[in-house]
Amino acid sequence: MFELIGIPPQALFGQLLLGLINGAFYAVLSLGLALIFGLLNIINFTHGAQYMMGAFAAWLLLNLAGLGYWPALLLAPVIVGVTGVLIERFLLKRLRGLDPLYGLLLTFGLALIVEGAFRQVYGVSGLAYPVPPSLAGGVNLGFMFLPLYRGWVVLASIVACLVTWAVIERTRLGATLRAATENPALVQAFGVNVPRLVTLTYGFGVALAAFAGVLAAPIYSVHPLMGANLIIVVFAVVVIGGMGSILGSVLTGFGLGVVEGLTKVFWPEASNTVIFVIMAIVLLIKPAGLFGRAT
Amino acid sequence: MTAQLTVHDLEAWYGESHILHGMRFEVRKGEVATLLGRNGAGKTTTMRAVMGMLAQRKGSVGFEGVETIDLASHQIARLGIGFVPEERGIFASLSVRENLLLPPVVRQGGMGVSEIHALFPNLAARADSQGTKLSGGEQQMLAIARILRTGASLLLLDEPTEGLAPVIVEQIGALIRNLKNRGLTVLLVEQNFRFAARVADRHYVVEHGRVVDEVPGAMSSRDVEKLKAFLGV
Repeated sequence: MFELIGIPPQALFGQLLLGLINGAFYAVLSLGLALIFGLLNIINFTHGAQYMMGAFAAWLLLNLAGLGYWPALLLAPVIVGVTGVLIERFLLKRLRGLDPLYGLLLTFGLALIVEGAFRQVYGVSGLAYPVPPSLAGGVNLGFMFLPLYRGWVVLASIVACLVTWAVIERTRLGATLRAATENPALVQAFGVNVPRLVTLTYGFGVALAAFAGVLAAPIYSVHPLMGANLIIVVFAVVVIGGMGSILGSVLTGFGLGVVEGLTKVFWPEASNTVIFVIMAIVLLIKPAGLFGRAT
Repeated sequence: MTAQLTVHDLEAWYGESHILHGMRFEVRKGEVATLLGRNGAGKTTTMRAVMGMLAQRKGSVGFEGVETIDLASHQIARLGIGFVPEERGIFASLSVRENLLLPPVVRQGGMGVSEIHALFPNLAARADSQGTKLSGGEQQMLAIARILRTGASLLLLDEPTEGLAPVIVEQIGALIRNLKNRGLTVLLVEQNFRFAARVADRHYVVEHGRVVDEVPGAMSSRDVEKLKAFLGV
């Protein structure tokens, strides 16, 4: 078997795939965070818990209602998105106009409550969620073995990011969202119901997190703290991409996942810190992030 | 002519600052009325209070018989009031076309995009440019054009000539007369007294957050002197 830079291709491409999968989760989660921050000016610390809720919703739909992966992929984001709508309507709405720190504290507190409640009911050992039969197995690409489900996760994440990006950049709804991000009072004075737009945007951002949670369920075990560890890295991704930048969060998410994967090949000890080192360097050189606009 | 907009005892605050102290005026259907006054008199605040953009306001604002003081600004806009803010409010993240199409149509009878492009050819030529890359005059045209699409019957124009070259000011004046001829009602905030005198049917003089005088559009020399004294010009 040939080697690339002294590394067996199975190891190199295996880690690259793992990096792409992690990058897919980073991209979808940071996209939701960027959307929410852009319009609501809220750093949504509940995002990791909402990703976990998506995975749990899929598990509950399977075990309580007998609904498998594909219906869960549609239903779980809707269910968790509705909880997001309620959170915005009854809690976050009261913080409008206040320092973003209040939103951060509220969402951080909510994350602790939600994760604590799930831990209380389901424990911390994790619950298994099966790979859907239609995506079981894999294909031998010659240089590596590609599990079908993992390929699907990358593809579904890319499609979700592209569709969201296209809606924001290429439709009238997206133009309204971008305008409301710049000057919500004026957009409302044009006749747009901005409070409703804000609520739905938060709900959609939360639904994206839940979508990522359903994608993650068959790969990682469904676990109350599965989002708590991920969210710190995702915040680093958002900072590197530029707070509120849609394109930045998507490209940075996938890019950093790959960088992390490659670091695992060449310098495994540094793989847990590489993203934070990159964040520190980016903040020193370009404080607004790679794709952010300085204010 | 019947009053389309009636403002009675309007008071408004920015945080702790009490800005409007009982504004009282009316704008009749199809006329051009101006609010004249020095900087800080409360003209822009009046516009924003009429549009419902200030959280703290009280008194009465009636539009075509509907009381709007307790309505949110998007509900007020949907009654048929179009707002062109000071400094135009062109969105940097939107193209000229997107800026033009941004406000929703609130009533039938608004201009179509082709009609708007015929009136403002530059907007058609630069439809794909970033909105804020237009010249100041073009941005003002865009700010007015996007409201004409909505079908609003009352236009609130906040200092439309501010910072513009005299030739562009002339074009804005011609446009306002054109809008009046089409049957639209215009409430104009102006500091440019000479411009206001050429386009308006009626002037309200604003000082310290209230209307202190009303002057007809066709002014006598005594009216002119009185206005000059108020405005310090």
